[in-house]
Amino acid sequence: MTTNGRVALRTQALTKVFRGFRAVDSVDLVVREGGVHALVGPNGAGKTTLFNLLTGFVAPTSGAIRVFDEDVTGKQPEQVARRGVARSFQITSLFETLTSREHVELALQGLTRQGFRFWRSEKLLGGNRTRVDDLLTQVGLMTLADKQVGLLAYGQKRALELALVLALDPRVMLLDEPTAGMGTEDVDRTIELVRRIAAGRTVVFVDHNMHVVGSLADRVTVLQQGKILAEGAYDEVRNDERVITAYLGEADHA
Amino acid sequence: MSQSTATPAPVTEAHPVVAAANPRLRWVLLAGGLVAALALPWFVYPPVAMDIVAMALFAIALDILLGYTGLLSFGHAAFWGSSAYVTGLIATNYGVPFPVAIIGGALFAMILALPAGYLSVRRSGIYFAMVTLAFAQMVYFVGYQWSGLTGGENGLQGVPRHFFGVELVETDSFYFYYAALPILLLGMWAAWRIVHSPFGRVLVSIRDNTQRARALGYEVDKYKVVAFVLSAGLTGLAGGVFAINHGFVALTELHWSTSGEVVLMTVLGGIGTLWGGVLGATLAVLLADYLASSGFDGIDLVTGSVFVLVVLLFRRGLWGTVRHQWLAWQQRRSSRRTRSGGGTRR
Repeated sequence: MTTNGRVALRTQALTKVFRGFRAVDSVDLVVREGGVHALVGPNGAGKTTLFNLLTGFVAPTSGAIRVFDEDVTGKQPEQVARRGVARSFQITSLFETLTSREHVELALQGLTRQGFRFWRSEKLLGGNRTRVDDLLTQVGLMTLADKQVGLLAYGQKRALELALVLALDPRVMLLDEPTAGMGTEDVDRTIELVRRIAAGRTVVFVDHNMHVVGSLADRVTVLQQGKILAEGAYDEVRNDERVITAYLGEADHA
Repeated sequence: MSQSTATPAPVTEAHPVVAAANPRLRWVLLAGGLVAALALPWFVYPPVAMDIVAMALFAIALDILLGYTGLLSFGHAAFWGSSAYVTGLIATNYGVPFPVAIIGGALFAMILALPAGYLSVRRSGIYFAMVTLAFAQMVYFVGYQWSGLTGGENGLQGVPRHFFGVELVETDSFYFYYAALPILLLGMWAAWRIVHSPFGRVLVSIRDNTQRARALGYEVDKYKVVAFVLSAGLTGLAGGVFAINHGFVALTELHWSTSGEVVLMTVLGGIGTLWGGVLGATLAVLLADYLASSGFDGIDLVTGSVFVLVVLLFRRGLWGTVRHQWLAWQQRRSSRRTRSGGGTRR
């Protein structure tokens, strides 16, 4: 990995309180540029809330978020996206009535101001056809490009999620459970895919599957009840007593 | 419980907005619609024919918001009515050809839509509808109170119909129909252009999944405001033609019931289709006209019942249902073909 020491993403005492419940509790997270960083923890540990905080979907109660040393605390989701932080969603989150190709075209246009051209034909959206085709091929959806996503299989929708994140050419990719609900075969294919697209980028992902975490992550942060319980390389973390009792013990033989 | 704070995708039904299937069918429909529009004043009393086409554009303009952006505006009477008044005032005071007055009215509606849109898009769902309604009520109040300008309850009377001195158009509503029709058709073409543009694609994505659109970097609120202003502008074109057609602007045009009527027409025809608005407006205007001329005074009772019936039986509206059936049939046929043809299945 090309870890050259720069910090891609940093949170300082990041806290989110929902009606008295501390979902994320003074988290100091440091993600190095080029790293693949996994967030793990039992259900309700605050992983998704942390993701929502990092991408502006939820405003923090206190604390700060910095992306490459720029303060993005309290920024809106689209502003965070425009600073090079792209996310996928835990629950497949697509535009039901559009095709895969139309999705990728939309994603490529997202960071430009071209979307306001109401006087032009939508055929213009496909202007960057090779780039669209390239992204669809990367995630293995080229043959299904013109099918409405409502008709795609679950694994294919997950793959499209990755294509959308990739289309933004992000500096930091946040993947929320990229293998959620997949069978073994799809999981392995997704691991391959994420590994391929992670090259030269910074990735933060959440996953419950320890096989996925072990194969992808070079650094693991374990969350429990909104707090960081442990952090380190995968092998360090998995041998940590506290972690074993909190989480890994049960998940490992799944 | 605190885990899923990002709203999950609203599960909308898969019905394609972009009619990918058949470009030839689109041309056939378009030609049919054009012929119908040209033939209309032969079969229908010309002022009523004009009302039909104006209402159709009104419904189409609303559909840009309701069907393509997922925003229910309950205040479009403000843009329809204010454009009607401004068109009428320009025509009365400056004696310009009526298309110029109408463009003035439409521009006014767009200017009015800017603050209204800016404030209302901050909310969604029922709250958006309420903010637009409240705004329209304010405009209604101004129209009612400022009787020196608008004529108050008496309405704006004696709006002239100047058209470069062409007497046939200025006096005969049959010829006026053909002089004004291009304005409305241009408005409809603009609506089609908008929903099938890069911008229109973004609107659909906002409708389908707002959070996802934001995560892709789209400044959703700005897109909504632009859609709102464009919709108001097209509404203004329709309202301006309506004013010239009648030579009179009633306070009713600003009333909330006008906002309700256009929503009703659009839903009746089927939202997110454009053609649905045309069909809904045609049926609603014809029905009201038929009932009125037969001396029946419970028009709202009948149109209301028809609406309830259609919505219960055909959830997608009339046009929407037909289109859905057609697409479903196409899909069945094509999948059957792939299977029997031994195509590569994945």
